[in-house]
Amino acid sequence: MSPMNFRQRFYLVEVLAGLGLTAAHFFRNMGRHTARALGRKGTSGAVTIQYPEERRPYSPRLRSLHRLVRREDGSPRCVACMMCETVCPAHCIYIVADEHPNPEIEKVPRRFDIDLGKCVFCGYCVEACPEDAIRMDTGILEFSSYSRGGMIYTKEMLLSLEPADVSGRPRSPIPLPADRRA
Amino acid sequence: MAKLTVNGKEVEVPAGTNLIEAARAAGVEVPHYCYHPGLSIAGQCRLCMVDIEKTPRPTIACNTVAADGMVVNTETDRVRETRKSIMEFHLINHPLDCPVCDQAGECWLQIYYMKHGLYDPRMKDEKVHKPKAVPLGPHVILDAERCILCSRCVRFCDEITATGELGIFERGDHSEIGLFPGRELDNKYSANVVDICPVGALTDRDFRFQVRVWYLDTAKSICPGCARGCNIEVHVNRRRPHHAEGRRVARLKPRFNAEVNKWWICDAGRYGFGFVDAPDRLLTPAQREGGSSTDVTWELGIAAVAGALRRLPPEQLGVIASPKMANEDLFALRRLLDLHGISQAAGRVPTRVPGDEDDFLIRADKNPNSLGAELMGFGGDARTVLEAARARRLKFLWVFGHDLLASALSERDVLEAFRAVETVVFTGSNANWTSAHAHWVLPAAAWAEREGTYTNFEGRVQRFRTAIEPLGQALAEWEIVGRVMASLGQTLSATRAEHLFRQLVEAVPAFAGLSYPLLGDTGSPLAAAGAAGRPGAGAPPSEATSSSC
Repeated sequence: MSPMNFRQRFYLVEVLAGLGLTAAHFFRNMGRHTARALGRKGTSGAVTIQYPEERRPYSPRLRSLHRLVRREDGSPRCVACMMCETVCPAHCIYIVADEHPNPEIEKVPRRFDIDLGKCVFCGYCVEACPEDAIRMDTGILEFSSYSRGGMIYTKEMLLSLEPADVSGRPRSPIPLPADRRA
Repeated sequence: MAKLTVNGKEVEVPAGTNLIEAARAAGVEVPHYCYHPGLSIAGQCRLCMVDIEKTPRPTIACNTVAADGMVVNTETDRVRETRKSIMEFHLINHPLDCPVCDQAGECWLQIYYMKHGLYDPRMKDEKVHKPKAVPLGPHVILDAERCILCSRCVRFCDEITATGELGIFERGDHSEIGLFPGRELDNKYSANVVDICPVGALTDRDFRFQVRVWYLDTAKSICPGCARGCNIEVHVNRRRPHHAEGRRVARLKPRFNAEVNKWWICDAGRYGFGFVDAPDRLLTPAQREGGSSTDVTWELGIAAVAGALRRLPPEQLGVIASPKMANEDLFALRRLLDLHGISQAAGRVPTRVPGDEDDFLIRADKNPNSLGAELMGFGGDARTVLEAARARRLKFLWVFGHDLLASALSERDVLEAFRAVETVVFTGSNANWTSAHAHWVLPAAAWAEREGTYTNFEGRVQRFRTAIEPLGQALAEWEIVGRVMASLGQTLSATRAEHLFRQLVEAVPAFAGLSYPLLGDTGSPLAAAGAAGRPGAGAPPSEATSSSC
């Protein structure tokens, strides 16, 4: 970087120039919003979305919180083949397989935990699944916890989630993490 | 001898060799399912087709004997086309349930499809359905849909165990492997059919769903289950500790050794690894005072042993070593005893019931290193040491591994001996009655957690290697002995088991000329197998080893 010249080192000139730029944007936006409010079309000012009351529309391809797809009887479609666990680059999926009572279905997960504190939302688990049993289409992006343990989502939590509606709005409430449940 | 050409390379093989083995000698792999070098030839799978010059069509390699001047080609277009068609034929009714199949990752259908198949499936009809998840016996479970009817398992039960439980029933594409009525696959070698099954039809009930095979690491090892010393591979799961409830050793698989176990191991050995991850493992040195036991540091535990050695005259010290210890451990212990002139040392504890034995692999002596112990002067009967203790001639007793109360020794005698001794030290991997009654417990690493050598009943010295880290603070027995020596100002001058083996080779004539590189993967016989051991060891040979040598 070249050394600052005198004008830059003097400080005040540059500060005033900066304030001028901010003020120019402010008045331009105020003018445009006012013009819009008075019914003039074709002009748009800068937009602030009033999150969380207002939300941007999400792309249907968005990778949001995982869910486990259910069979018709409510049991998980997952057959505990460990493909997602194997492909997961963050090693955040923990599956323990169990014998399924029905010999036509070989395996069923006894445990299926995702450690969202580790997850990198790459979506490889969805790609790898041969049964379409895991999807990232809940539209839920806001999940937080006071502890690392609270970021571990269990099979039951993941099974209870519904896919987002057509506009991408979540249909399931955000699951309460383990460390915030009574 | 027959001289033939395989893929342009000339090889000479003994007369009677088939073309699969002849090609192997030339470094060429001929794909096959039904052929197994340990079983008779069935010619069932038709995959091992090769072209032989001057024959009109491809021929199966397994049932063709190599002849002088034969020109064999395994990679002609015709052979490749044939293989591809046969792969397609084998997979017509295969359920392709690889993701849920335990064999996935080590399945020869997967391997050969990727190497020789790669066709687009043309099967449009409903596949033939057959029974799934059928337990055949205590160790083996059958999925008849995955079976390609190579008949290896049937031949194993007919030819190796001669028990004949299995057969092929029905005809055509309804053929399936099954048990003869009223039979169960429960012979002593039953789980070998899982190893030889090239597909996921026969899988291991103990291993079922525990760990996916691609998570496993392997180490070459020796089965510690009996004096045979079968060569095995220890498969351990270090990468996914949440699988199999945290048990690290997932399974044992036989490893080929023409001189010892060929391709097989017995079921008792195969499933005898549970103690490594058992909840009763000893993890920290401990001291028992009154009725309660407290964990202590290694320094304190070592000081207890070293203190006794320093304080007491040698005739008041006794040691009961174990024939389950490696040669290296026993040699380190022998050096310690010789330095202090301790003569009250034994290694053999009589068992309550004699071990089972057969004329194939299983030996009655359930210790992997009885001959090694004997050569190192630990062949003596523990009863003499315990008698000395009962006569109040011993003040210190160091017991390795044995559970004296689970043995044929009388409970009253052992208890009396323990009460008469001032300090009893126990070194072993798992808790037992002896460890519960010892004043000091020094935890030892299990065989899979360290390396060493065993000498089998035929005098074959074989290496076993480290598969996993020791649990807790456990140390190999030779390391414990080394620490005791260090605190007495003596040095063991060994930081690896191999260093001790070099010293052992120098000191014990029977081991002369051996070294770790020489032992390699399959071991090497002692210079004079079964010959008299260490001069002055003066121990009577144990029953198990003397009867077999």
